Amino acid sequence: MATEQADGLAEASGSTPGMPQLNFDHWGNQIFWLIVALVAIYFILSRVALPRIGAVLAERAGTITNDVAAAEDLKQKAVEAEAAYEKALADARVEAGRIVASAKAEIQADLDAATAKADAEISAKAAEGEKAIAEIRANAVKNIEVVAKDTAAAVIANLGFNADDAAVDKAVATRMKG
Amino acid sequence: MAVETAAAEGEGGLVFHPMDQFIVEPLFGDGPVHWYTITNATLWMALAVVAVVALMVLATSRRATIPSRGQSIAEMAYGFVYKMVEDVAGKDAVGFFPYVMTLFMFIVFANFLGLIPMSFTTTSHFAVTVVLALAVFLTVTIYGFMKNGTKFLGLFWVSSAPLALRPILAIIEIISYFVRPVSHSIRLAGNVMAGHAVIKVFAGFAAIAVISPVSVVAITAMYGLEVLVAFIQAYVFTILTCVYLKDALHPGH
Repeated sequence: MATEQADGLAEASGSTPGMPQLNFDHWGNQIFWLIVALVAIYFILSRVALPRIGAVLAERAGTITNDVAAAEDLKQKAVEAEAAYEKALADARVEAGRIVASAKAEIQADLDAATAKADAEISAKAAEGEKAIAEIRANAVKNIEVVAKDTAAAVIANLGFNADDAAVDKAVATRMKG
Repeated sequence: MAVETAAAEGEGGLVFHPMDQFIVEPLFGDGPVHWYTITNATLWMALAVVAVVALMVLATSRRATIPSRGQSIAEMAYGFVYKMVEDVAGKDAVGFFPYVMTLFMFIVFANFLGLIPMSFTTTSHFAVTVVLALAVFLTVTIYGFMKNGTKFLGLFWVSSAPLALRPILAIIEIISYFVRPVSHSIRLAGNVMAGHAVIKVFAGFAAIAVISPVSVVAITAMYGLEVLVAFIQAYVFTILTCVYLKDALHPGH
């Protein structure tokens, strides 16, 4: 290394082996242009690039915060909406129950009325039927009486007796009762 | 290097000039290099500035809330360095953020531009890294005294150590403090220069047909390593800058 350094120093601006880094003739040039480059970069960064990027990052952070807040808000609203929906549903259930109960009561009343009416009709029909049967039965007895009287009168006549209507009636009536 | 070259030339006409890539020469003409001459170093520093402008200004010009690819990278670089300054140097050091960002962007772009074949690597020169390191050293020292006055000297007086040890520790601390710019600059230039020189040496071997496949593989592997080194050295330089700034802001242990 020492010899190389000597080479580099001795042979100024030469391309012979050695370390060009240690050729101090070129240091002034490099240092000058380095300072120019650094100052240029410093001003570009501090005046333009860094404030701009900082602003963009801050704006993005703001946007994200706002969006998160908005999302939180919407979530809250959704929860509220769900609660409202649940309440409406429960109310509707209660209302429906009430309607069902009242409808049931109404139907029951109708049914009872209809049943009562039907019962009345049935009993009326039954009474009517009984009356008809009684009538029929009465008619039948009467007819039997007539037939019995006629038959008795005919039998008596055939036997050669003179049928006394009153006696026949009486006999028939007695027999019928017996 | 001179010995190596001589030995190689002795073996079989192989020509090794691993250090020629670092020669500073005028870009136009063939004259002497004055301090104002536009040289290849000037060109590649200017390209680094152009690259910084392209990434940090042009790519962010849309100021999009949803960033494009370029803007994403610029924002990542911003966040990366900002967080480093805040975490390492402390929250009150964010005033130095543009300065640290300047160092990081220049070094990272100079390193990566230097990886382009046939390019000139400005950060491989001690002239460049010494200026960068001295700038940090002077900033830390001057700002440290301005902000803390004589309390800044507490940096060298380890009050947590036993009293008898303190003078010895003070000497060690002072030496280490003044070695900082040296190690800070040589670390960067040394790493970059060594990698580039090794690639050049491997490239020299490619002239022998039998060895050339091995040589090409070795160059590829070295190149991959150099890509890592290019970023890591920029990172190391920047984080050490932050560590030193912390000393200026909060001296004492």
